[in-house]
Amino acid sequence: MTIGIVVFPGSNCDRDVFWATKGCLGIPTRFLWHESTDLENLDAIVLPGGFSYGDYLRCGAIARFAPVLSSLIEFVNNGGKVLGICNGFQILTELGLLQGALTRNKDLLFICETVPLLVSSKRTKWFANFQYGEEISLPIAHGEGRYQCSSDVLKKLEDDDSIALRYSKNPNGSINDIAGITNKAGNVLGMMPHPERACDKKLGGIDGRGILEALLGN
Amino acid sequence: MPNFHAKVQVSLRTSVLDPAGEATKSAASKLGIKGISKLRIGKAIDIDIEASDLNEAKSQLELLSDRLLANPVIEDWTLDLNPASLSSSN
Repeated sequence: MTIGIVVFPGSNCDRDVFWATKGCLGIPTRFLWHESTDLENLDAIVLPGGFSYGDYLRCGAIARFAPVLSSLIEFVNNGGKVLGICNGFQILTELGLLQGALTRNKDLLFICETVPLLVSSKRTKWFANFQYGEEISLPIAHGEGRYQCSSDVLKKLEDDDSIALRYSKNPNGSINDIAGITNKAGNVLGMMPHPERACDKKLGGIDGRGILEALLGN
Repeated sequence: MPNFHAKVQVSLRTSVLDPAGEATKSAASKLGIKGISKLRIGKAIDIDIEASDLNEAKSQLELLSDRLLANPVIEDWTLDLNPASLSSSN
């Protein structure tokens, strides 16, 4: 059981995720350079936070063309689990694996704080360690986390029970308080909060552990 | 191959809130500019491209605009394309 963490030029949470999955949870973990296409023997893949390719053009727009992501699409189509955190979520929407887009925060602030969130779906295994409606706390750190989509897409997300996480107190203007969504199949989760920063009590909380543990769940 | 010059204008869709545009509009009123009812911030991309003819240049630039320069979920784009000689003043 091994998970991979994609490293783009400009990723800056790749080592944090490694610290959380390998260091805190003891899950075998390896880095995947963005130019590699070898995803052999991986059970799940994390797209970490950061500023891939300097966020040039739009967040995630350039990363979409990285060779590793061609393999990632195949990995997802074969049922592989993918977690996109923050910039990773932005990349997943640019790639079309998740619907909608992340836009500039309503008040233009880069928000860096721990926020309350509601587990809004139990459809997938990602939140198997939590109760439906449970309030959890995770750090957010983003300037462009305002989730946007058309009303048709929003209805589809709701009909498919794909809204996984909502903000209890909407910090950035996201439509319907959305903080994280899954794809219809349920094997891809994108979320703006950082579970890897909430895996050690000394750092303020451990609510992220249950989400990262789900990388290896079936 | 003839050269063409293009300008692609990328704008946030009108249904998408533009907080940077709103902030700039507010600053404009503090500068004493009156009467601005809309101020939206987009991107302008200047491109020189070689293509066998205008149609080929157009199809390449449409693909570029739709698949890379703009995200159709939140943005619209327009393309202004001319033979390079007509736009050398740019």
